[in-house]
Formats: sequence, structure tokens, C-alpha cells
Amino acid sequence: MARIDLIDVVKQFKGETVIPKLNLTIREGSFTVLVGPSGCGKTTTLRMIAGLERQTSGDILIDGACVNDVEPGKRDVAMVFQNYALYPNMTVRENIEFGLKNRGVPRRERERLVRDICEIVDLTPYLDKKPQSLSGGQRQRVALARAMVKHPKVFILDEPLSNLDAKLRVHMRTELIELHRRLGATFVYVTHDQTEAMSMGDRIVVMHRGEIMQAAAPMELYDDPDNLFTARFIGTPPMNVLPMNLLPNLGTEGEGRAEYVGFRPEHARLLPGSADPPSDGLAIAGSIITRESLGAEHVYQLRTTAGTCFVKQFLRPYAGGDFATAVVPHDRLYFFDGEGRRLRNLRAASRPEPAAAGVR
Amino acid sequence: MPMVPKRLKPYAMIAPALAVFSLFYLYPIGYMIHLSFHEWNFISPEKTYVGLGNYREMLTDDVFLQVLRNSALYTVMTVLLATGTALPLALWLNRKSGFHAFVQGAIFSPHIISLVSVSLLWSWLMDPEYGLLNGLLHWFGIGPLKWLNDPGTALLSLVIVAVWKNLGYNTIVFIAGLQSIPPELLEAAALDRSKPWTTFRRIILPMLSPTLFFLVIINLIGSFQVFETIAIMTQGGPVHSTNTLVYYIYEYGFRYFKIGHASAAGVILLVIVGTLTLGYFRLLSRRVHYYG
Repeated sequence: MARIDLIDVVKQFKGETVIPKLNLTIREGSFTVLVGPSGCGKTTTLRMIAGLERQTSGDILIDGACVNDVEPGKRDVAMVFQNYALYPNMTVRENIEFGLKNRGVPRRERERLVRDICEIVDLTPYLDKKPQSLSGGQRQRVALARAMVKHPKVFILDEPLSNLDAKLRVHMRTELIELHRRLGATFVYVTHDQTEAMSMGDRIVVMHRGEIMQAAAPMELYDDPDNLFTARFIGTPPMNVLPMNLLPNLGTEGEGRAEYVGFRPEHARLLPGSADPPSDGLAIAGSIITRESLGAEHVYQLRTTAGTCFVKQFLRPYAGGDFATAVVPHDRLYFFDGEGRRLRNLRAASRPEPAAAGVR
Repeated sequence: MPMVPKRLKPYAMIAPALAVFSLFYLYPIGYMIHLSFHEWNFISPEKTYVGLGNYREMLTDDVFLQVLRNSALYTVMTVLLATGTALPLALWLNRKSGFHAFVQGAIFSPHIISLVSVSLLWSWLMDPEYGLLNGLLHWFGIGPLKWLNDPGTALLSLVIVAVWKNLGYNTIVFIAGLQSIPPELLEAAALDRSKPWTTFRRIILPMLSPTLFFLVIINLIGSFQVFETIAIMTQGGPVHSTNTLVYYIYEYGFRYFKIGHASAAGVILLVIVGTLTLGYFRLLSRRVHYYG
């Protein structure tokens, strides 16, 4: 177990700044997921922690000790690569053993460790096979075993599931969570898939253009986003965001001037266009363009004069016609300023003005 | 397209290539084997059948045995030196900088120069009296070597020329091989605390084995067929010390006009090169690793 601190870390590639200034603490024993669109600097951050990339300036601390000048092999960090990076000329056993041999672990001890690990990840029958003859899932296990056998303080996983098919990916997710619980080590996991992040991490760091947008527990991120980017990045379908100036009957009370208003698709309720909307919510009328049924939930895309938005209904599908009104309770609205920052001190208030066309 | 029975289609498609191959490879080889059992002077319409006479004559000829030894020695030395020096050079040059790119270009340039020019150039350099090499050695107090004029050093001198000529090509091919190794493998090795030598021996070298295999075969076959440098620089001398198979074949065929004898030597060359290639394929294919 180890805690990782990144202090004022800056990374430039050929004069281009990829990470302007990063401050991040990864708690010991946590399953921290770095998530963001491609090019957001998450993999670079990971590689700097592993020591495969050197930061331009700033400090990286593992367990309070500065590791700026410590080579990757001595940081007590193990990494699982996206394409597994197994040594193709070595058997599964040799792959797993390689790091132990380099550490001078005696033969007996090595054999015991390899045997134990292989039982955990179900690799025992494949010990003498070469990686080429294994399936994607098995290769993934070898990569995990190779990392685990060294008993590192920190596990670094760089999109380890992205090369697996959808079913296996879901299965491996649970296995990784299980593994984290069993090992108790600090896991740092990179993914661009927010579902993966939400389902695995106990702490999620959302990154965008080399900066941390928000670092919080999954549900906190979902319920209480700091900014538009996080709000829209987490959740499927994402949070609906509409410009305030197109919603004339929505007013605000409190400090700050809201430019955008957002709401989660599942917080809206669809009513038939003819029904009278309740007064304590934002009502947006529009026409339904798509209806998507996933069994337990139903997703509708609604085109309104303020923009397109998604509405999610659970269990019972909406039975009305194509002209409908989405109603969102006022306390479920999120307000953001022009820069995309969340305005937490703002509350919604209805305005008594007459309704504009298409918007009530 | 006119109707060709489906069964015959593949044959029809390879027929043009097969025709060219037969005309320029299979037919000459067959004809060479045919000639090796005859005595013929290239001009007369008469070919006298002598059975294995040419072979018997050759294998009891001390010069031919020396030619075989020379060829083997030349080949082994050239292959070892040309691939053995190219690998460390490639490891050093596999970097992105102007300087490294310049050195890469510089050592590759001999590859594009004609062998005739190379031979003339090195004849000057190795001239015992006015040559630049002896001048250089004199500076270090070593001295004067007779290079091509001494039976003891002549073959080695030709090896030096061949290594100089092939080094650049081998290095570039090695660099290409090195660059095809996925960088994550080396990163994984670094995280596994692998020391540079271990990484080289356990990861880089196995990953490079297809490249190494290719270069050894190419260099081996090329060295066995060495001709231009010998024809221009030594004519097989002094006292047969640089006489190798292809030059021997040339001398018998086109100077003494003993076509049967030359053909028999040609058959031997074919057998040697064929066996070596086959043997290397067998031996190395089991130890060559491809990524995937």
C-alpha cells in the first residue's frame, strides 16, 4: 500500500505543454481511476508515476519519498499495459518469473510465488505455453499475474480491458475489483470509458487537456459535478445542458449569473403535450425524435426550441404522442456560468412571464 | 474472360512466372548439370561424355580444395564480422538525432557504390608502397603490410573490403528490426528491473532473431558468390590464396574454356549454398520469434 502525491507536475513534449500543472493525491489502498477523452494527459500522468516518462518539473512522491530520480524498476510499481506487453519469446512461467529473477529471488521461492499467483488467476494449465497461443483474456491474466507476483505497492493499469470483447470486459471488471480488495494495494487505473471508471473506481479523477476537472467518489461526481465538462462526461446519456437565454420562464435566485442549466435525463419526466405541467418544475415542450427501449429503461430524444435533450424513463415506457413536455423538478437543476463552472449557490425560480413559443 | 476450368485457373495464373523461372533458372541449372558430365571447349560442336570424370579431376585437385577452404574462410569471416559489428553499431545508432542520422547515412553509402569502384578504391588504399592504409599504420609505428600481395593477408584484406561494403546495409536492417520491437516490451522490462544486458539477451535479441536470420542468410549467400573484388584486386592470387569458388568457375569456364570442369564446380557451389540455406532454415526457424 502506498500513497502517491503529484506536486506541481508539469509535462512538456517538444515545447508543447501537455500537462500545465497537476496536483493530485492518490490515497493509499484506493482504486483511483483517471478518466478523460483521449489526449487529456491521463496516460502521461500514469507513465510519470511509473517512471517511464519524466516530468518536466514538479515532484512525484510515493509513500512520501520523492521518486523523481528513481528508475522504474525500483519504484515498487507494477504496470499492466494496454496490449499486455508480454515477452513473446518466453513462456507464461518465464514471463511471470522474469521480474523475480531480476530481483534475485531464489528458485524455490520463485516457484512457490508463481504457483500461488497462477492459481489465483487460473493460469496453471498454461504455464509452459507461449503468449501467442493464448486468448486475449488469458494474455490479460498473464499480464496481471506478472504484475501481481512482484507484490508491488502500486498497481498501474493502462486501459487494460480495452482489447477484450464486451462480455469478457464486464467479467474482468468484477475480477479486478475483487483483486483490488484482496491485494489491498493502491490501484491507479486509466480509461477513457466512463462506465468502466464509474463501476470500478472508489475515486475518479476526471481529466481534460492536462488538467483535473474534478476528483471525487463516483456518486459524488455524478450527483454534484464541479463543472460542465464533468457533468457531460459522466453518465449515459450525458447530462442535458441548455442555454439559459433560450429558457425565458426559468429564473434564478442567489449569487452569480447562470449561462447554462443542466439536468440528468432520468430526473426529467415526460408528459403528453396536452397535459398541464406542474408549476414547481422546468417544463420544456418538444417533439420526440427517437425512442430507445432497453427493457428496464427507455430513452427518448426530444427536440425543443432550447436544444435537443434526452429523457430517461424507468420501467414503464412513455405512452403519449410525439409532442411531449419534459418536466424537471427545480431542485434537480444544475447551473453553470459562462466558463462552465458550477454555480452551487443558485436556486431555480419560475418567472411569471408569458410562455414563449414551444416553451412553457 | 474466356472460360478456363476452375481447377486449372491457379496454374494458368502462375504460368507466366513459371515460364520465366523455368527459362532463366531451371533450364540453366539442368543444362549445367548436363554439362558437368561432359568435356566441352565452348566452341566445338562436339561434347564428349566423361561421366564423373570432371568431378574426380576436381576433387583430387589441390587447388580446388584450397578454393573450397578459401571460400569457407572468407564466408565465415565476412558473415561474422559484417553482422557482428553491425549489431552493436545499430544499437548505438538507433536514436533520433542529426548526428546519428548522419552516421547512418555515412556507413550506408558504400552499399550504393559499384563494387568495381570499391575494388579500385581499396586497391589504392591497400597499395603496399603508396597506399593510405600503410601510411596510417606507419603513424602508429606498425609496419608496412603487404596487404593483397602477401598470401597470408590477401584473403583477410578482401574480407575487410566486403565488411566495409556490407556493414551499412546490415546496420540499417538491424535498426529497422530494433524499431519494430514494441517499446512497451522494453518498458515492461524496465519495470521488471531488468539490467541492460539482460534486456538485450532475453528480449531484444530474441525479438531481433528474424532480422538476424535474414542477414546471416543474405550475407552467407553473397559471400559464397564473391567475384568482383577478386577479379579486380587479386585475380585469385597470390598463389591461389584468394581464389574462391565463383572465381575458380570463371577461370575454368572463360579463360581455360573447360566448360565441363567449370560446370562441375558450379554444381558443387549450388549444393553448398543450397545446403547452407536449407540447414539454416531448419536450425533457426525453431529459434526465431515473431511477435503477435
